[in-house]
Amino acid sequence: MIEIESVSKSYGGVRVLDDVSLTIPTGGITSLIGANGAGKSTLLSVASRLLPADSGRVRVDGMDVATTPGPVLARRLAVLRQENAMSVRLTVRELVAFGRFPHSGGRLTREDSRQVDEALAWFELGPLADRHLDQLSGGQRQRAYVAMVMCQGTDHVLLDEPLNNLDMRHAVQMMRMLRGMADELERTVVLVVHDVNVASCYSDRIVAMREGQLVAEGPTSELMTPELLRKVFDVEVEVHELAGRRIGVPWS
Amino acid sequence: MTRTTGRRSGAAPALSGQARRRRGVQRWHVAVALGALALAASASLFVGVGDLTPADLLDPDEAQARVLWTSRVPRLLAILLAGSAMAVAGLVMMHLTRNRFVSPQTAGTTEWVGLGIVVATLSFGGTSVLGKMTIGVAFALVGTAFFVWLLQRLVLTDVVVVPLVGILLGGVVSAVTTFLAYRFDLLQSVDVWMNGDFSGVLAGRYELLWLVLAATVVAYLWADRFSVAGMGESFAINLGVPYTRVVMVGLAISSIVTAIIVVSVGSIPFLGLVVPNLVTLAMGDNLRRVLPVTALTGAAFVLVCDVLARTIRYPYEVPVGMIGGVVGGVLFVWLLLRARNRAL
Repeated sequence: MIEIESVSKSYGGVRVLDDVSLTIPTGGITSLIGANGAGKSTLLSVASRLLPADSGRVRVDGMDVATTPGPVLARRLAVLRQENAMSVRLTVRELVAFGRFPHSGGRLTREDSRQVDEALAWFELGPLADRHLDQLSGGQRQRAYVAMVMCQGTDHVLLDEPLNNLDMRHAVQMMRMLRGMADELERTVVLVVHDVNVASCYSDRIVAMREGQLVAEGPTSELMTPELLRKVFDVEVEVHELAGRRIGVPWS
Repeated sequence: MTRTTGRRSGAAPALSGQARRRRGVQRWHVAVALGALALAASASLFVGVGDLTPADLLDPDEAQARVLWTSRVPRLLAILLAGSAMAVAGLVMMHLTRNRFVSPQTAGTTEWVGLGIVVATLSFGGTSVLGKMTIGVAFALVGTAFFVWLLQRLVLTDVVVVPLVGILLGGVVSAVTTFLAYRFDLLQSVDVWMNGDFSGVLAGRYELLWLVLAATVVAYLWADRFSVAGMGESFAINLGVPYTRVVMVGLAISSIVTAIIVVSVGSIPFLGLVVPNLVTLAMGDNLRRVLPVTALTGAAFVLVCDVLARTIRYPYEVPVGMIGGVVGGVLFVWLLLRARNRAL
């Protein structure tokens, strides 16, 4: 469970997060949606202690992220940002193995190696395991990063735009894998997603933001309505039921 | 996971046994390199004006024993210590600044040590090695910190510009050193101090170099942390690594090593830059694996340069820094051209 209590954050006088309070329950996939600059990524960064909040606090399973020692938190919560320009030349296996660092401190135990193999297999990276990251396509690299985060074995996994760089096939595959992480491995997955329909089809809960404030949060089915989407994105969006899913169509 | 095993069994063989074999540098490569280094090291014991052959080792007379223990062995140890530590210092610095072209020689660290030596000489006279070393270390730390501070404030899009800023900074510091040296009639001494040269290494006058071995061991123990920090701040925080502290410790290690080496034997241009680049080019950037090989290669690089320096104009010696500058410079240009083509 992630509890966010009246968190505010400003960049150079601009309030990016304005007194946001939110509880993300354990289990399932929660998607943060909102227009560009709504504060989704900032909220994710603050929740994962990549950014300090100006005020308010965030607790993960009761532990304050600002004061809990880094290694302790790293075993409970994993985060991947959107921009991952990495100049380091590692093989895919080495990268994924670094996900075990909070547990093993670099000396992999047999259990760690098993987890690395599992994460590689889960993301179908086996054949690429010994390639260097700079020899991969953007999509393959993105999968390797997510595999590393999964390998960290944390209850909470926070991902900022995990579909970045992925083509349609791999985007669908990624969302299925994340669904699997939530359903089979019982992880709590939090995503920043810009495509409303991805959020609608794959997540259990939606958190909608606008101009640094929380607009609404709740089960996906309750939030996928034309009224709410207009409020969040400032665009008329029709919502149609298609094969049991709610699909928003903004091009009307 | 059970759901996926059947469908993905095709990938399984790639994960096991043979397929895990590293491409690029393998264990036997390292073994061969170690053997070559040992051979070159023993050969270097017998290069010099004093007559000493391998056969003499069985029954050395007094003069030969003195040559061996006061000059040849200390010189070899100094070469191995300085070469390995300097290469590792470059490797660590390159990782922590996340730029392949940043090393103590391109970040101005070496020049700051030079200024420190002159300041120490002016304040304590020329005799105190410990004084020179302390002030040299202090100047190296301040100078490197200043460079890193500058980097954080400049928006530099091209990787090659970063070391240029460092070289520029080094040039300014070096100009100040020259000015001071000129005013106080130390120009020649500065030249001798700065140019890497092992001919002055004698028993009793190089022992402080053992400190760099300690620093290198610490760097190895922290290798994984440096790797993680090299992935970037958010990766580091995510993995529970205190980013700022690790970067500071790493840069401090690099600066201290540089200062001790420059004060003891002088500067060997490009060593900390070219060697880590060549090794990581072949082996990738996982520091735990790369660091020992970098240390060995650094030692070998200096050893070869030193043997060349001692034989090229036998019985006279050319400063090893000059040989290192020529060999390293050529390799550096090659690396630069390569980076341009690959758009690192």
